[in-house]
Amino acid sequence: MAIEVRIPTILRSYTGGAKAVQASGSTLGELLINLDTEHGGLRDRLVDGESLRRFVNVYLNDEDVRFLGGLETPVADGDTVTVLPAVAGGAL
Amino acid sequence: MLTISRDLHEKIIAHARKDHPDEACGVIAGPAGSDRPTRFIPMQNAERSPTFYRFDSMEQLKVWREMDDRDEEAVVIYHSHTATEAYPSRTDISYASEPQAHYVLVSTRDESETEFRSYRIADGEVTEEPVEVTE
Repeated sequence: MAIEVRIPTILRSYTGGAKAVQASGSTLGELLINLDTEHGGLRDRLVDGESLRRFVNVYLNDEDVRFLGGLETPVADGDTVTVLPAVAGGAL
Repeated sequence: MLTISRDLHEKIIAHARKDHPDEACGVIAGPAGSDRPTRFIPMQNAERSPTFYRFDSMEQLKVWREMDDRDEEAVVIYHSHTATEAYPSRTDISYASEPQAHYVLVSTRDESETEFRSYRIADGEVTEEPVEVTE
Protein backbone atom coordinates (compact mmCIF):
# COMPACT_ATOMS: atom_id res chain seq x y z
CA MET A 1 0.00 0.00 0.00
CA ALA A 2 1.09 3.51 -0.65
CA ILE A 3 -0.30 6.98 -1.08
CA GLU A 4 -1.57 8.02 -4.48
CA VAL A 5 -0.53 11.48 -5.67
CA ARG A 6 -2.60 12.96 -8.51
CA ILE A 7 -0.58 15.23 -10.77
CA PRO A 8 -2.05 18.09 -12.87
CA THR A 9 -1.32 18.29 -16.60
CA ILE A 10 1.18 21.11 -16.24
CA LEU A 11 3.42 19.08 -13.89
CA ARG A 12 3.29 15.76 -15.73
CA SER A 13 6.62 16.51 -17.38
CA TYR A 14 8.09 15.51 -14.00
CA THR A 15 6.27 12.17 -13.92
CA GLY A 16 6.87 10.97 -17.47
CA GLY A 17 3.32 11.93 -18.36
CA ALA A 18 1.71 9.93 -15.55
CA LYS A 19 -1.56 11.32 -14.12
CA ALA A 20 -0.93 9.70 -10.77
CA VAL A 21 2.13 8.34 -8.98
CA GLN A 22 2.66 6.46 -5.72
CA ALA A 23 4.76 7.62 -2.81
CA SER A 24 5.12 7.08 0.91
CA GLY A 25 5.76 9.11 4.02
CA SER A 26 4.22 9.89 7.38
CA THR A 27 3.57 13.57 6.70
CA LEU A 28 2.84 15.49 3.53
CA GLY A 29 6.28 17.13 3.76
CA GLU A 30 8.02 13.76 4.02
CA LEU A 31 5.93 12.38 1.16
CA LEU A 32 7.01 15.24 -1.10
CA ILE A 33 10.68 14.70 -0.23
CA ASN A 34 10.32 11.00 -1.07
CA LEU A 35 8.44 11.83 -4.25
CA ASP A 36 11.28 14.07 -5.36
CA THR A 37 13.84 11.24 -5.29
CA GLU A 38 11.98 9.57 -8.15
CA HIS A 39 10.56 12.68 -9.82
CA GLY A 40 13.33 15.21 -9.41
CA GLY A 41 12.24 18.86 -9.46
CA LEU A 42 8.59 18.20 -8.63
CA ARG A 43 8.89 19.20 -4.97
CA ASP A 44 10.37 22.54 -5.90
CA ARG A 45 7.23 23.36 -7.92
CA LEU A 46 5.08 22.74 -4.84
CA VAL A 47 7.19 23.89 -1.91
CA ASP A 48 8.99 27.15 -1.32
CA GLY A 49 11.38 26.90 1.63
CA GLU A 50 9.37 25.42 4.49
CA SER A 51 5.84 25.91 3.19
CA LEU A 52 3.61 25.17 0.24
CA ARG A 53 3.72 27.63 -2.62
CA ARG A 54 0.88 30.10 -2.44
CA PHE A 55 -0.61 29.35 -5.84
CA VAL A 56 -0.62 25.59 -5.63
CA ASN A 57 -3.55 23.79 -4.02
CA VAL A 58 -2.78 20.47 -2.35
CA TYR A 59 -5.62 18.32 -1.06
CA LEU A 60 -5.55 15.31 1.23
CA ASN A 61 -8.54 13.23 0.19
CA ASP A 62 -11.32 15.88 0.23
CA GLU A 63 -9.62 18.62 2.27
CA ASP A 64 -7.33 21.50 1.37
CA VAL A 65 -4.17 20.80 3.42
CA ARG A 66 -3.99 24.52 4.26
CA PHE A 67 -6.93 23.86 6.58
CA LEU A 68 -5.27 20.74 8.00
CA GLY A 69 -1.61 21.15 8.89
CA GLY A 70 0.16 22.19 5.68
CA LEU A 71 3.34 20.18 5.19
CA GLU A 72 2.96 18.77 8.72
CA THR A 73 -0.33 17.08 7.81
CA PRO A 74 -0.13 13.36 8.65
CA VAL A 75 -0.71 11.02 5.71
CA ALA A 76 -1.29 7.29 5.65
CA ASP A 77 -1.44 4.37 3.25
CA GLY A 78 -4.63 4.49 1.20
CA ASP A 79 -4.84 8.30 1.24
CA THR A 80 -5.00 10.29 -1.98
CA VAL A 81 -3.13 13.56 -2.42
CA THR A 82 -4.34 15.80 -5.25
CA VAL A 83 -2.32 18.69 -6.62
CA LEU A 84 -4.07 21.47 -8.56
CA PRO A 85 -2.54 24.77 -9.61
CA ALA A 86 -4.68 27.61 -8.24
CA VAL A 87 -6.63 29.46 -10.91
CA ALA A 88 -5.94 33.09 -10.13
CA GLY A 89 -5.03 36.44 -11.59
CA GLY A 90 -6.33 39.93 -11.75
CA ALA A 91 -6.13 43.36 -13.23
CA LEU A 92 -2.88 44.44 -11.60
CA MET B 1 -9.11 30.48 -32.56
CA LEU B 2 -11.86 30.18 -29.97
CA THR B 3 -15.18 28.96 -31.32
CA ILE B 4 -17.98 29.55 -28.83
CA SER B 5 -21.76 29.50 -29.01
CA ARG B 6 -23.73 32.76 -28.73
CA ASP B 7 -25.42 31.38 -25.61
CA LEU B 8 -22.14 30.72 -23.71
CA HIS B 9 -20.69 34.02 -24.91
CA GLU B 10 -23.70 35.81 -23.42
CA LYS B 11 -23.51 33.83 -20.17
CA ILE B 12 -19.92 34.92 -19.57
CA ILE B 13 -20.82 38.57 -20.17
CA ALA B 14 -23.90 38.32 -17.93
CA HIS B 15 -21.79 36.85 -15.10
CA ALA B 16 -19.18 39.60 -15.47
CA ARG B 17 -21.89 42.30 -15.44
CA LYS B 18 -23.58 40.77 -12.41
CA ASP B 19 -20.40 40.71 -10.28
CA HIS B 20 -19.14 44.12 -11.41
CA PRO B 21 -17.27 45.97 -9.81
CA ASP B 22 -15.70 42.74 -8.47
CA GLU B 23 -13.95 40.43 -10.89
CA ALA B 24 -16.01 37.45 -12.03
CA CYS B 25 -14.43 34.12 -12.98
CA GLY B 26 -15.35 30.67 -14.20
CA VAL B 27 -14.80 27.79 -16.54
CA ILE B 28 -16.43 26.36 -19.62
CA ALA B 29 -15.78 22.65 -19.74
CA GLY B 30 -15.84 20.56 -22.88
CA PRO B 31 -15.04 16.99 -23.93
CA ALA B 32 -11.29 16.36 -23.44
CA GLY B 33 -9.34 17.03 -26.61
CA SER B 34 -12.36 18.50 -28.46
CA ASP B 35 -11.45 22.20 -28.04
CA ARG B 36 -15.24 22.72 -27.87
CA PRO B 37 -16.61 24.63 -24.84
CA THR B 38 -20.01 23.20 -23.84
CA ARG B 39 -20.70 23.30 -20.07
CA PHE B 40 -20.86 26.68 -18.31
CA ILE B 41 -19.51 26.66 -14.74
CA PRO B 42 -19.50 30.07 -13.02
CA MET B 43 -17.08 30.01 -10.06
CA GLN B 44 -16.94 32.06 -6.90
CA ASN B 45 -14.19 34.60 -6.72
CA ALA B 46 -12.74 33.71 -3.31
CA GLU B 47 -11.04 37.12 -3.21
CA ARG B 48 -14.24 39.12 -3.90
CA SER B 49 -12.04 41.87 -5.22
CA PRO B 50 -12.18 44.45 -8.02
CA THR B 51 -8.52 43.77 -8.88
CA PHE B 52 -7.91 40.09 -8.15
CA TYR B 53 -9.57 36.72 -8.57
CA ARG B 54 -8.89 33.27 -7.30
CA PHE B 55 -11.08 30.19 -7.56
CA ASP B 56 -12.22 28.93 -4.18
CA SER B 57 -9.97 25.91 -3.57
CA MET B 58 -12.73 23.53 -2.43
CA GLU B 59 -15.04 24.51 -5.27
CA GLN B 60 -12.16 24.03 -7.70
CA LEU B 61 -11.49 20.50 -6.39
CA LYS B 62 -15.15 19.60 -6.82
CA VAL B 63 -15.36 21.03 -10.35
CA TRP B 64 -12.03 19.53 -11.49
CA ARG B 65 -13.09 16.09 -10.20
CA GLU B 66 -16.43 16.39 -11.95
CA MET B 67 -14.66 17.23 -15.21
CA ASP B 68 -12.33 14.27 -14.71
CA ASP B 69 -15.27 11.91 -14.13
CA ARG B 70 -17.03 13.19 -17.24
CA ASP B 71 -13.89 13.03 -19.36
CA GLU B 72 -13.91 16.80 -19.79
CA GLU B 73 -11.32 19.52 -19.45
CA ALA B 74 -11.32 23.28 -18.89
CA VAL B 75 -11.63 24.49 -22.49
CA VAL B 76 -12.22 28.11 -21.46
CA ILE B 77 -11.07 29.84 -18.27
CA TYR B 78 -12.61 33.28 -18.05
CA HIS B 79 -12.41 36.29 -15.78
CA SER B 80 -13.27 39.95 -15.93
CA HIS B 81 -11.33 43.14 -15.54
CA THR B 82 -13.64 45.81 -14.22
CA ALA B 83 -11.63 49.00 -14.73
CA THR B 84 -8.97 48.09 -17.28
CA GLU B 85 -8.81 46.57 -20.75
CA ALA B 86 -9.45 42.90 -21.51
CA TYR B 87 -5.76 42.03 -21.78
CA PRO B 88 -3.85 39.59 -19.50
CA SER B 89 -2.01 41.36 -16.68
CA ARG B 90 1.37 40.27 -15.35
CA THR B 91 -0.46 38.43 -12.56
CA ASP B 92 -2.68 36.65 -15.09
CA ILE B 93 0.37 35.52 -17.04
CA SER B 94 2.37 34.34 -14.04
CA TYR B 95 -0.48 32.19 -12.66
CA ALA B 96 -1.72 30.75 -15.95
CA SER B 97 -1.37 27.01 -15.56
CA GLU B 98 -3.59 25.41 -18.20
CA PRO B 99 -1.70 25.64 -21.50
CA GLN B 100 -4.54 23.90 -23.39
CA ALA B 101 -7.15 26.44 -22.23
CA HIS B 102 -8.47 29.53 -23.96
CA TYR B 103 -8.09 32.36 -21.46
CA VAL B 104 -11.05 34.65 -22.03
CA LEU B 105 -10.94 38.18 -20.66
CA VAL B 106 -13.95 40.41 -20.46
CA SER B 107 -13.80 44.07 -19.59
CA THR B 108 -16.80 45.72 -17.96
CA ARG B 109 -15.15 49.14 -17.59
CA ASP B 110 -17.57 50.58 -20.15
CA GLU B 111 -21.19 50.42 -19.02
CA SER B 112 -22.71 49.80 -22.41
CA GLU B 113 -20.05 47.90 -24.29
CA THR B 114 -18.30 44.74 -23.09
CA GLU B 115 -14.91 43.81 -24.49
CA PHE B 116 -14.55 40.04 -25.01
CA ARG B 117 -11.13 38.71 -26.03
CA SER B 118 -9.37 35.36 -25.96
CA TYR B 119 -5.74 34.36 -25.44
CA ARG B 120 -3.43 31.41 -25.15
CA ILE B 121 -1.02 31.73 -22.26
CA ALA B 122 1.85 29.22 -22.13
CA ASP B 123 5.36 29.51 -20.70
CA GLY B 124 4.79 33.19 -19.92
CA GLU B 125 3.86 33.99 -23.54
CA VAL B 126 0.55 35.57 -24.46
CA THR B 127 -0.98 35.07 -27.90
CA GLU B 128 -4.28 36.72 -28.71
CA GLU B 129 -6.60 34.68 -30.93
CA PRO B 130 -9.75 35.43 -32.90
CA VAL B 131 -13.13 34.63 -31.35
CA GLU B 132 -15.84 33.13 -33.53
CA VAL B 133 -19.33 33.24 -32.07
CA THR B 134 -21.64 30.64 -33.56
CA GLU B 135 -25.44 30.72 -33.57
